[in-house]
Order: sequence, then C-alpha cells, then structure tokens
Amino acid sequence: MGAPKKSAARVSEDHDELVRVPLQAILLADSFTTKFRPITLERPKVLLPLVNVPMINYTLTWLESAGVEEVFVFCCAHAKQVINYLEKSEWFSQPNFTVTTIESQNSVSAGDALRVIYERNVIQGDFVLISGDTVSNMSLTQALLEHKERKKRDSNAVMTMVIKRSKTNPAIRQSRLGTDEIFMAIDPNTKQLLSYEDKADYSKGTLHLENSLLADNPSLSLHHDKQDCYIDICSPEVLTLFTDNFDYQHLRRHFVKGLLVDDIMGYKIFVHEIRSDYAARVDNFRSYATVSKDIIHRWTYPLVPDVMNFGNTATKLERQGIYRGSEISQSQSAVVGPFSVIGSGTKVGQNTNILNSIVGGDCKIGSNVHIEGCYIWDNVTIEDGCELRHSIVCDGVIMKSGSVLEPGAVLSFKVIVGQAFVVPSYSQVSLLQQPIEEDSDEELEYADSTSVITSTVDKSEGEFASESLDAHFNPASELGFGGVGYVWPKCEGEEEWRHSVAPITEDKILEAVKAIEHELELIHDGNTLPPSGELIPNSNDSDDDDNDDSRDDFDKEVEATFLRAVHENIQDVHLTLEINSLKLSYNKITADCAGALFYAMMKYAVDMPHSSADSLIQNVNVILTKWKKVLKSYLNDMDEQIEVILKFEEMCLESAKEFAPLFTKILHYLYNEDIVEEDAILSWEDEKKDADESDKVFVNQAQKLIQWLKEAPEEDDDEEE
Amino acid sequence: MDFQVVVLAGGVSKKLIPLVSKELPNALLPVANRQLLSYVVELLELNNLKDLIVVVEGQDAALNVGAWISGAYADRLHVEVAAVPEDVGTAGAIRAIARHLYAKDILIVSGDLVSDVPIGAVAATHRRHDAVVTALLCNSPISGPLESVSSGGKDKTKKPGRYDLIGLDPTKQFLLHIATGAEVEKDLRIQKSILRAVGQIEIRADLMDAHLYAFKRSVLLEVLDQKCEFNSLKHDVLPYLVRSQLKSEVLLNGTPQAEENGTEKGISQKNQQMLSQILANASEPTFHVRHALGTNGSDSVRRTHKCCVYIAGSGKYCTRLNSIQAYNDINRDVIGEASHLSGYSFSAHNNIIHPTAELGAKTTVGPHCMLGEGSQMGDKCSVKRSVIGRHCRIGANVKVVNSVVMNHVTIGDFCSIQGSVICSNVQLQERAILKDCQVGAGFVVTAGSECKGEVLAKK
Repeated sequence: MGAPKKSAARVSEDHDELVRVPLQAILLADSFTTKFRPITLERPKVLLPLVNVPMINYTLTWLESAGVEEVFVFCCAHAKQVINYLEKSEWFSQPNFTVTTIESQNSVSAGDALRVIYERNVIQGDFVLISGDTVSNMSLTQALLEHKERKKRDSNAVMTMVIKRSKTNPAIRQSRLGTDEIFMAIDPNTKQLLSYEDKADYSKGTLHLENSLLADNPSLSLHHDKQDCYIDICSPEVLTLFTDNFDYQHLRRHFVKGLLVDDIMGYKIFVHEIRSDYAARVDNFRSYATVSKDIIHRWTYPLVPDVMNFGNTATKLERQGIYRGSEISQSQSAVVGPFSVIGSGTKVGQNTNILNSIVGGDCKIGSNVHIEGCYIWDNVTIEDGCELRHSIVCDGVIMKSGSVLEPGAVLSFKVIVGQAFVVPSYSQVSLLQQPIEEDSDEELEYADSTSVITSTVDKSEGEFASESLDAHFNPASELGFGGVGYVWPKCEGEEEWRHSVAPITEDKILEAVKAIEHELELIHDGNTLPPSGELIPNSNDSDDDDNDDSRDDFDKEVEATFLRAVHENIQDVHLTLEINSLKLSYNKITADCAGALFYAMMKYAVDMPHSSADSLIQNVNVILTKWKKVLKSYLNDMDEQIEVILKFEEMCLESAKEFAPLFTKILHYLYNEDIVEEDAILSWEDEKKDADESDKVFVNQAQKLIQWLKEAPEEDDDEEE
Repeated sequence: MDFQVVVLAGGVSKKLIPLVSKELPNALLPVANRQLLSYVVELLELNNLKDLIVVVEGQDAALNVGAWISGAYADRLHVEVAAVPEDVGTAGAIRAIARHLYAKDILIVSGDLVSDVPIGAVAATHRRHDAVVTALLCNSPISGPLESVSSGGKDKTKKPGRYDLIGLDPTKQFLLHIATGAEVEKDLRIQKSILRAVGQIEIRADLMDAHLYAFKRSVLLEVLDQKCEFNSLKHDVLPYLVRSQLKSEVLLNGTPQAEENGTEKGISQKNQQMLSQILANASEPTFHVRHALGTNGSDSVRRTHKCCVYIAGSGKYCTRLNSIQAYNDINRDVIGEASHLSGYSFSAHNNIIHPTAELGAKTTVGPHCMLGEGSQMGDKCSVKRSVIGRHCRIGANVKVVNSVVMNHVTIGDFCSIQGSVICSNVQLQERAILKDCQVGAGFVVTAGSECKGEVLAKK
C-alpha cells in the first residue's frame, strides 16, 4: 500500500509544479524614510535619476531579467507621479512581464504596504520583496532554488534574505554606503539567520546572544562584514504575518527581529550570500553617489548607461569610462575627466573642467566652470565661473555666475543660487520650506507630511516655482542676490557627513575610529575591575541597571498620578487605590510608595509658584495638610518614615536644593503633623552616626530638634512615673 | 633552549577520589599500567622538549612524583620537580616558580593530558605569529564528565559535551573569544569592537581548550604580577588576554617593545600615511595590524597582541584525565582506538598479555584488553575491554568487562566486574558483583555483595 501512495503524492507534487504560479514581486516604490529630503518632497525617490535613468528602471529591469513575471508596484507618496511615469514608459507593454500598480494614500510603513497588498489578495506563491531603489544584477535562480528546497523540507522557512560581503576593512565598511552597521549571527551550515542587530538597539559594547542559539548547533558565525541587500525572497506566509502582527512596520527592525525573537511559531529566516554579483540599495545620498560610481565603473553590468536606454537617445561609452549622450556641444578647451557622464543636448563652455561627475541632459554649463564629483540632473543652468564640488543639483536649478557649492550641498528642484553666493557644506536648499511637524518617528512622519504636500505639488507643478517666487522671495534672499530657495536648518548635524555625497574628511574618519576606541576603553574599565576577569559581573551590572530603571519608572508614575490627583481633584481614596495598584505592578514595598509619594508632594511644592522661603513652607503646609491622609496610609512602620526622611534628605542634596536651608523646619513640621514620629527621627540620626561628614550635613542641621526630642520623652517618662 | 616546559601535575584531585591518594597522586595514577604523567612527558620528549619543570601540589605528592621521575627519566631528560602549596590554582603555581623561568616562551601543559598532538606544531604556531599566548584546542570528547559511568556502546549516541565556547577568526588562527566553566551556560557576550575589527567571528561549541598553552614569558609574568587576584590560567589569564587583545595593557610597561612586537615595528608612521594605508587596503594585513594602524598618529600606536590557537586535527587524540568517567574512557581508548599511545605492541588478537601472565583453561581475553606482568587468572574467566594490572590473582569464572583493575588485586571465584575501577591491593571475595563502582585502594569487598554505582573506600 505504501508504494502507490507515495507515487500519488509525487504526482500531486508534480501537479503543483505544473500549475505553478508565475514568479511575482512586490516593488515598494516608497522608502518610508526621509533621507532624500528635500528632493523627495517634490518627486518620489524611485523616480530620481541614477546616472540619468530613474532608479525604478534599474529595479524593474533586474526583476525582468531575473525571471520575475508579475510585479506589483506599491505607490504611496507621490503615487500619481509614479503611475504617470510608468504609464508613459514601456513597462506596461512588455511581453511576459506585467507591471501592476497598487496605490495607497495612508500607508506609513512597509508593514502597512504589505498589509494593503495582502488585502488585494494578488500574491499566490513565493515572491520577491524589493524596494524601488535597488540596483542589482544578481541571478535569482540559485537563491530561489535554495528557498524552495528549504521550504519543502521545513514549512517554517518563510524568507530568504540576500546579503553581500562588504569591504574587509572596518574603516570603510560602513562609510562606503553610509549605512548603519549590522551584526548578524548565521548558522554556517544551514545559513539560518539567528540574530540581526542594527543600530536601533546598538547600546553596549558587547553583543548579546542567547545561550539557546548555541544549543542545537555546535557552531555559529558572527558577522559584521556583511551588507544587507534588501532583496528578500518571501513565502506568502510573510504577508499573513504582517497582517497578524499589525505593529510590524519596518521590514528589518520589526519583522525580521520579531520572527527571530519569537520562538513559539518557529518561523525561520535564511540568508543567501552573493559573491560576484552586484546588489546595493540607494538608501541615502552617500549610497546614491557610491552606486552611481559603481554603475559608471560597470560593476552592475548589464545595467550600465550604454546598454540601458529608456527612450533616451543612445549613450556611448568612450575610453577612460566617459559616457556621452548625443548632440553634445563641448568647447574645445573644456575638459571632461575620466569616469564622467554627459547627457544628451548638454552644452559645455570654454575652459570648463568636469571631473568624476554626472551631468544630465539639456544642461547649459558656462565657461570657466569647475565641476568635481557632482551629480547634476537635467536642464540645469550653470553660469560662468561657478565652482561645484561633491554636490547634488536637481532639475532646473540655475547657478548664477560665480556661485560656489561646497561639498555635501544638495540643491532641490528649480532653486536659483544668487550671484557669487557660496552655498556652505552639507546645506540642503529647496523651494519648499522644511515641514514643521517633526515627528520623532521618521517613518511615520514621512508619508503623513508628504501626502499633504504631494497634492499641492501635483496640482501646481508648473506654476509652483513662479508662484512661490512672487509670494515668498525678495531678490536678496537666503541664497544671495537673485537667489530663490530656502536653506533648510540642519537637524542632525553629527551624522550628515556620513550620509552626504561629499567625501569623508580625514578628521571624521579619525573621529569615528576614536569613538570606537573610546568604547573599547569603556568595556575595559568595566572588565578589569572584577577579580576573576570573567564577564559575569557585567551581567550583574545590567541587572542592577534594570532595577534602577524600574525604580525610576515607579517614582515617575507615582509623581504623575499624584499630579493628576491634584489637578483633577481626585479623592484621597482613589489616589490610594491607584498608588496601590502601581505598587503591585512594579513589585514595590510600602516604603517605596511612601518615599515616592512624598517626593512627588515636595516636588509639587517646589514647582508651585513661591517667592521666598516662607511661601515655600506655606506651599508645603498646604499640600501636606490636604494629602496627609494618603501619605499616612503608607507610614505605618518606622522604616517607611525613615524612608521619607532619607528621601527628603536626598531631595535637599540633589533635585530640590531650595529645601536645604528649610530642612529642620519642615522636619519639625512633619513631626508636628504626626507624619514622622520621634522614633523614626532618632533612628535616622542613629543610622547616620557612622556616615561621612558630608552625609551628616542635615543631621547636624537638625541637631537642635533631635536634642529637643531626646529630652522630651524623658520628661514624659518622668510624668508617668 | 628557548622553550621551557612547565608541567602542572596537580596533587591529589578531589574529582578522582578514591582512585588517588597521597601515596598515589594524580600524576602516578596508572593508565593502561603506565603512570599518567608518563604520557605527557614522553609526548614532550618525542617533540624534543627535554627541559621540564614538573609542578606538584603538596609536599608528599611531590616527593612521590620526584622519586618516580628520577627513576624513570633521569638518564634522558632534565626534569625538576617543584612542590607548591595545595589549592594555589594554576596561576598561583606559576607565580610560585616564576623565578625558575628564564626562556622567552613558556609552554604550560597540564599533567593529566593524554594526547598525541604534535606539541612542536603548537610551539611553531606561537612563534610564527609572535603571539602572547597560543592555546591548543581539540574536539570536545564525546561523553560528558557529568554523566555516570556508562557502557562504551552508548557513548556514541550522546551529543558532544559542552566545555568551552570559543570564538575564532575565519582563518582559524586567532582566538577572539573564550567562555569557560560556568560562563558556557550563560548567554553569549561578544565584544563588538573585536567583531568590528575582524568582521567575522566563528563561535564553536564543539572545541575544547586542552589546557596546553604557549605563553610569552614576559607577558605571563607581568599579568600574574599585576593581577594578583587571578587564580587560574584557563579561567582568568587566558580570557583576560583574549579580551584585551586589541587594546593591550600587558606590553605597555617594563619590557622593551622591540623584543615583544616584531610585527608592529616600523608601523608608527605619520597620520597621513596610515590613513592612506587604511583606505588603500592594498595588502591584507591581519586585523591586529590594521587595528593598530587605525589611530591617530599623534597618540601612541595602538597596542595589540595576538592570541593564537592550534586546532588538533580530528584524527588526533587529546583528552584530559580529570574525572572518573574520563579515567574509564582513557583506559579504554589507550588499549583500544588510540592504542598507539600506550607504547605497547599488540598481539594478533589485538590485546596485550604479558608473557609472565598465566591464564587458566577456557579463559578468554578479548581484543582491546591488557593483562599485566605476573597476573594469574583461573579457569573459565572472561575479560573484555579491560585493563588488569600487575600481579593480580584472579579466581575461576570471573567476568571483567569495561573495567580497570590495578595492581596486586585479588579477585575470588565467580566475581563479576563491569564498568568499574578496582584500585591496588583490593580484595574481592567470591561472588562479589560490581557494576559501575570505584573501589579504593586496600578495600575488601565481602563475599556475595552486590554493588551498583557505588564508591567503596576505606574510611
């Protein structure tokens, strides 16, 4: 019986193969980041020209050549522009290659995009997930085969990530593409990804791996020298997972890590390493520059300018890696250096040098211009005597004569740089003002703000420049005489050198290296102290940290609760209830509650307006009288009262020094109000007896009170006798 | 001679009681009828390392070991025996004999190592990389030390034990991370700085630190001198050196740099040149050199030191005798799979029966067995995969399987011994049945008693 069954199973398998679905791909035409601002305020990232060809063409060409038959282009920001572009292009009319657009206005992350696609129910089998800014020439066959094989053996193998070895030298490993460093742990035999750590959880000098990772495998390799190509081969389950976990937003930060951490479902992610093929993602300005150079240097063959033609007139490759379009008029005295691209219809004036740069079509470059390491798009006018270094210049920009771009500058569409004006390094210039709503969560912010702006830009594409010119600019604007555009204030100053197109200066490299070294030192400080030289004490440290953190959290919670009670006039009983529930959830003892509550009250007293020490005491009196009941419910024990005194002492020393001179007065008040009893005060003094002189400041200050307390009970005793 | 060898022979190990005693310290424990220490000493001799310091814990044990060594090796080797107090730890032992050390490099071997790894190759690796320490790594033995004594067949199904977690660079030459002892069970913590510098670390759980190290003397003594809290070479000194390899603290003071860091000579160049070197990436310097380069020239060149490894090939035998389980395994292996270690020549039946031994009628001695000088066996006995020492008297109908019987043991008729260790001068009266037991020296097992998994020793 066994044999026929087996063959039946095989037949059905073959059947599956026969009706196998076409290979599909999801292309995210939105990166959900803001790294290409200000340019992406006006044009979607996938349409930005990379060596004079919009990026999305590289991705689509690769998908087509890699055997993908059906592509779903997900558009969000500037969706109209992307769709219009694709309609005009030839992509909708290719044989055996269908391109379908999916439009969504309210997606703010890759996770949202995949959820939208899941709802459309268009994905039938394994698919390639890629963003529209990826340049690659890798062959998918091997990776797909591996993915399918694994999938057959283990249905939990839902994703294969493509990775690539980056440079061996640690100094340029990250700086090449301007990406964040990634630590990966991979099983060397099965190629299963076991851990993925990027900058988001970049915290300590040590990489923390759970012991369980090593339980099954005798070895694993840790990598810092791999680069994530952001090309994923996914099983349909991936979409389901995104739908089930609606908090998954970022592909790596949430999805990949979520799967790795979750050991209940047991989903597995594998990696496929490419060695000789090219794959890179244009993630920021630096990788834009790097990938452009790689294309010119033909690492991406066949995706090179003279082979890829999208309606442009032919580009020819000359020796020394110079690419020229047609109908270029170049003066005899102009010099075009090696590894440069000049687009069709561009005019270059006398004595002009163009070195290591890409110039788009129909540009007018005057004479005596120096262009080095720049990316100049179409219809740019550069007047005589300008100097441009390592900058990005978008369509329609006009550089008035004698103006200068310093390294790292980015000029967005139709900006006009005034005569002889010097645009400083790393500045970003746009006709649009920087959007104000700066949400800390960059992914969420992007789509929100752009969707608003898109509509305005799309509507008034043509007149926009002139309109805004009239409305906002006077001749002597931020960009010099006759200049038009806003210079965006710099936000993240520290990192701009990492992401910009300008070459990294030597001192920055040294700085980065030093930062690493500093970190190294920190580790050592931590580790040389423990006697045995083992790392164990470190783990204790972190535990302690955790405790401290939770304590701080608790204090803050209590304070917030108290303030709410004050402002909303909540009854004593309810406040007690809430604090009790906090106490339980943070696993605290009554003394902690007393301390935290007292702290909150005194803090409130300080924060209330007061002109002098007396009015401060008045505040304290008011608050304590009002909330005495709540506080007293936590002060049944002497330990708790001592905790209050200690807390008060701590406040006087640190957070609320205004109380320092009033320490004794308030302590006396607390005594009078029966908040602290004399035993507590006396044992507090007793506790401090052996402390350092510095710790005894307040004991000494309160000495009179203590003296008085000590004498008083004797009298009481006498009376009783 | 520029390699000095220190053999840490230990004293009387608690883990091996009741097999060892003051009269019979670890070093003299018979393994296939040879003293344990002789395996290490002869391995060293084979590698032409003849200048040894044997460190023994405890005065009495030292006297015993010294007496044996002078008898056995006086003509061939230059051996000094040094006694150190008990429980000083391996680091303490080296501290105690520090003034006897003069060679540039020190090879430190544990006296309980039974191995055929070419020690010369370890020394050569050490020299080639100019390392501060080179450790010998071997495959983790198959059976774990914590499992109770079990029969040989079962062992094959067990997973390799987990002793150390070891991080290596892709070329498998450098030691980048080591977690030993209790740390193995904890979560892994890898220094990012090292991973950054190397790019890739391979973490291996199937390798074990065999406790054979080549140290640079100056570094070793400096570390021991400065970190007086360090107690163990394996748990303290080695992890410390591994951790600090990219920011060396050991070579900074005292010793002249030229001697220490040959590789870094001529490297202290101007800032510009260094940067161009980093960025050019022309040749592929090791990460140590690269890391040393990657700093500001105005500061001193970053100190690095190298921690190397020599990984024993999978065909090599390499085990430490540090538990009773290991004692059983090693005895079995030395007369079985790793028979070349024993130094005896095996008969056609794959066993060794001393010519003076006497066998009764119908007594069979199977393959992988050893019968020592002058031992007598009665009729109808059966011996399988066991070692029987010298001058034992064994009655009739006795079965000995997977066991070790030391010298001068008397075994009565109809006894059965399985998976056990019987120490010298033990008397087993007839019909005693022992399974997975250890019987201490001079003990008398009464007639007919039946024991399983017990330790029998004189109080």
